[in-house]
Amino acid sequence: MSASAVHSLWTTAAEPIGKIDAPHIEYGQLAPVLIIVGAAVLGILLEAFVPRRARYHAQLFLTVVALVASFAAVVGLATSGYATTEAGIVAMGAIAVDGPTLFLQGTILLIGLVSVFTFAERRLDPEAHGNRVDSFAAQGAAVPGSEGEQAAVKAGFTTTEVFPLVLFAIAGMLVFPAANDLLTLFIALEVFSLPLYLLCALARRKRLMSQEAAVKYFLLGAFSSAFLLFGVALLYGYAGTVNYAGIAEVVDGTIQDIDPVLAQTMGNDVLLLIGAAMILMGLLFKVGAVPFHMWTPDVYQGAPTPVTGFMAAATKVAAFGALLRLLYVVLPGLRWDWRPVMWGVAIITMLLGAIVAITQTDIKRLLAYSSIAHAGFILAGVIATSPDGISSVLFYLGAYSFVTIGAFAVVTLVRDAGGEATHLSKWAGLGRRSPMVAAVFAVFLLAFAGIPLTSGFAGKFAVFKAAAEGGAGALVIIGVISSAIAAFFYIRVIVLMFFSEPKPEGPTVAVASPLTMTAIAVGVAVTVVLGVAPQYFLDLAGQASVFAR
Amino acid sequence: MSFPLLTATAALPAVGAIATAAVPAARRTAAKWMALLFSLATLVAALVVVFRFDPDKVVNSPADRYQLAESHAWIADFGVRYELGVDGIGAALLGLTALLVPFVVLAGWHDADPEDDGKSKESVATGRWRPTQGFFALILMVEAMVILSFLATDVFLFYILFEAMLIPMYFLIGGFGDKAGAHGEKEAATQRSYAAVKFLLYNLVGGLIMLAAVIGLYVVGGTFSLTEIAEARAAGNFEMATNTERLLFLGFFFAFAVKAPLWPLHTWLPNAMGEATAPVAVLITAVVDKVGTFAMLRFCLQLFPNASEWATPVILALALVSIVYGALLAVGQRDIKRLIAYASISHFGFIIMGIFAMTSQGQSGATLYMVNHGISTAALMLVAGFLITRRGSRLIADYGGVQKVAPILAGTFLVGSLATLSLPGLAPFVSEFLVLVGTFARYPVVGIIATVGIVLGALYTLVLYQRTMTGPVKENVRTMPDLRVRELAVVAPLIALLIFLGVYPKPVTDLVNPAVDQTLSDVQKQDPEPEVEAAK
Repeated sequence: MSASAVHSLWTTAAEPIGKIDAPHIEYGQLAPVLIIVGAAVLGILLEAFVPRRARYHAQLFLTVVALVASFAAVVGLATSGYATTEAGIVAMGAIAVDGPTLFLQGTILLIGLVSVFTFAERRLDPEAHGNRVDSFAAQGAAVPGSEGEQAAVKAGFTTTEVFPLVLFAIAGMLVFPAANDLLTLFIALEVFSLPLYLLCALARRKRLMSQEAAVKYFLLGAFSSAFLLFGVALLYGYAGTVNYAGIAEVVDGTIQDIDPVLAQTMGNDVLLLIGAAMILMGLLFKVGAVPFHMWTPDVYQGAPTPVTGFMAAATKVAAFGALLRLLYVVLPGLRWDWRPVMWGVAIITMLLGAIVAITQTDIKRLLAYSSIAHAGFILAGVIATSPDGISSVLFYLGAYSFVTIGAFAVVTLVRDAGGEATHLSKWAGLGRRSPMVAAVFAVFLLAFAGIPLTSGFAGKFAVFKAAAEGGAGALVIIGVISSAIAAFFYIRVIVLMFFSEPKPEGPTVAVASPLTMTAIAVGVAVTVVLGVAPQYFLDLAGQASVFAR
Repeated sequence: MSFPLLTATAALPAVGAIATAAVPAARRTAAKWMALLFSLATLVAALVVVFRFDPDKVVNSPADRYQLAESHAWIADFGVRYELGVDGIGAALLGLTALLVPFVVLAGWHDADPEDDGKSKESVATGRWRPTQGFFALILMVEAMVILSFLATDVFLFYILFEAMLIPMYFLIGGFGDKAGAHGEKEAATQRSYAAVKFLLYNLVGGLIMLAAVIGLYVVGGTFSLTEIAEARAAGNFEMATNTERLLFLGFFFAFAVKAPLWPLHTWLPNAMGEATAPVAVLITAVVDKVGTFAMLRFCLQLFPNASEWATPVILALALVSIVYGALLAVGQRDIKRLIAYASISHFGFIIMGIFAMTSQGQSGATLYMVNHGISTAALMLVAGFLITRRGSRLIADYGGVQKVAPILAGTFLVGSLATLSLPGLAPFVSEFLVLVGTFARYPVVGIIATVGIVLGALYTLVLYQRTMTGPVKENVRTMPDLRVRELAVVAPLIALLIFLGVYPKPVTDLVNPAVDQTLSDVQKQDPEPEVEAAK
């Protein structure tokens, strides 16, 4: 074996430095991500240099402008054909800018925008020492219940860092479904996970619970990241590359020249199967599929509710995007191996989510289990392995995320002396006290339950149709059965709100600022429009359903 | 493009619902008048549709089966179009629905008044809780969806309405139950929400199973339009494997059998009708449930003719069980409204039997039965409701000798009861006779067993009348007022209609017959030849 044939770091280093080409970066196609990252960095600087009084407004302004600008960039890219004819791989093969990428990026940015409105809400909690406060701790570093905390509250501190944090998370989420090699995938995962761990710990009320949730999320998340990274290593060993298209070629057996360094491992199917399984584990953890769902209820319950809403919606969109690309671009050749496994995962996810949700007594935990059941429904569409499958998943994600944000925004409104009244028994008779809020929440619940004329039905029909056409009729029947089970607990909440007598010392509905109201109104509007006239958005998802390779 | 008459007919009550809901809290009476006005306008529109519909055209050209048709693109990705059209069966049921709702509104005039007349501290404090507006808006909402479902010629559109109408219905049952509960107020609230949830879950599960079948139908045919499916079938492009057809048929039939309801899926009906106010109970059994039997005729038979034939023996057996079991349980009831509910189950058995007898008399009779059962149950149930509001109890044992105190109430109750037992001269007799003749022609044994239902029917209605209206006057009944003008205005037209259609059912049968013949030709069935040639 001649030394020059071995390309490794050694040979690269041996060559003259001048021969390394400057990486070719397509700034235009990466603009949506770059705008968000830039704004996030700027946000950190604002924290350092802007006086405390002005920070909230400055941060809110910067965040909203960045999200809108980035969304405009996505729309611009899509209209100039980057979703279809111009779709391609950019940034030296690290990022794919194509239909699914742009559709999901647009969705994530809109989710981010609406979520930021709920983050910025400062009228729900009573004023502390004459200062308006939001849902976040006065000072994250102050020990709960300590004098330091009291001092921070007294001084009117607020954690405006949440805005740059959420921007960093969004940046990671934008890259995650676009990642075209395994390392970019991993880095994007970490970029959006770390800010989320932090955000989870920052609740103003019930701080210990919030911190416990963050620690659980962090530990389990770190575990899943490790699995994913290990899987990346194994797949590299199998294929000799981390590039999606490259791995796919090796899986298909179209590449014959074996990298001599990896001669012992390349093409070894054991590595492929174990590696792929580990990467799938990492992704299924993020979407909250059974059996990797354990963190969901605790984290959803403990995190500040605006963060829960953001996380429940945006993480799911990003992670399902990455999952789609992995299964459709990297592993289509392995379809007969992963399909049965994903069948099993989808079935237990749908059933377990729906069944366990019945026993829940806390509204946030209930929504957590419902999100697990929904992950199962989306998986049914993923399994279809057809363009219809992709477009139905994209549509479902868009429809589901706005219902989720709206529902959690309503949860922030229902309060008693201890903050949000999340125990279900406190929601009794809400329909009598505040018919509008209860009616809006009922709309969201009906959408979750998939009642016709809501977006939930259109989405469910789309994924089930794709699954049935893909030959997964049994999956559809199980999906329908778990929908029926799930309907039971959504309806139970409606019964509670409308048909139970209000309790004398029940919670009140806080009067929110236009920010939260906007978030809820957007949720309702999307729910109804996507339910009654989904065609335009189905077309959009249909056009966006081709992956660049 | 011509004026979209069908859409307008369905849109009227929907607009009315929004207008009614928007009436300010203090103006309860205005909301009631608004609802009544819109329901009457809908009746006028429905009558226009019924008269514009020309049954003779169907005989000459089967292409005109669905008239006044409208067709617009809706969700192309799902192969769904917004397609409406009216056939004879749809026209009859459209007329029935539009006819009954004004009476439902009028009968429920005071059912949703706040108990404290809106002046208590809590009512003032909450202010925005407007039960009256909600009640009437929900009724109109149900009407809009039911009407549209009778007109839909796209399977998916029908499915959406079939499911969506559950939601307003659910709030009507759970939110506005009978104040005169059998066991006190708190218990009544629990019972009510139990009944509402049971109603919704039964129907939702049925609907979701149908959803799987709807998706299956799309995978097989790629379209939901009834006309397109009929064309494809005529051209031989719509073939299903025998097993697929049977599974899809079962999916559809299950949903309709829950809604109709057919034994053993009937248990939600007595709860729902018992706990709901009388007008809402009428809405359930006379209007919403008809969608189930209507859909069996329109969708099960048309889409899956072979599977329908395959399933006929089992369905006839279940219908027979419904007829006898419903009647037997009605005999044993102590609660007036539950008694009427079980009687309805028995009657739905007749309707389903008539549909699956696959003869023209059977199916015409079944359609006529749907109309007549709607009117007769409405009459009986609404009078029963007036009775129950007066005394505050649903138990038969609490009544006695009412005819001495309130003769008009008792008299109308008697006519309603006699209609329910199909006395000749009243409308239900004609339809029950047709159903039995139609069934007997093909399945003599089934026909004979079904007559048991008639005998039992006479038993439970007459016993009900005897126990409540005759005998010594009970203490609490002594001061019972007779029917008021508003109540008479509800009952009198219904009774007049019962008598009219009993003597002269031709308008409805003329409307229905061509459509029934068309359905029979879908399932490729002809009436069995009579053994003795009838003199023509």
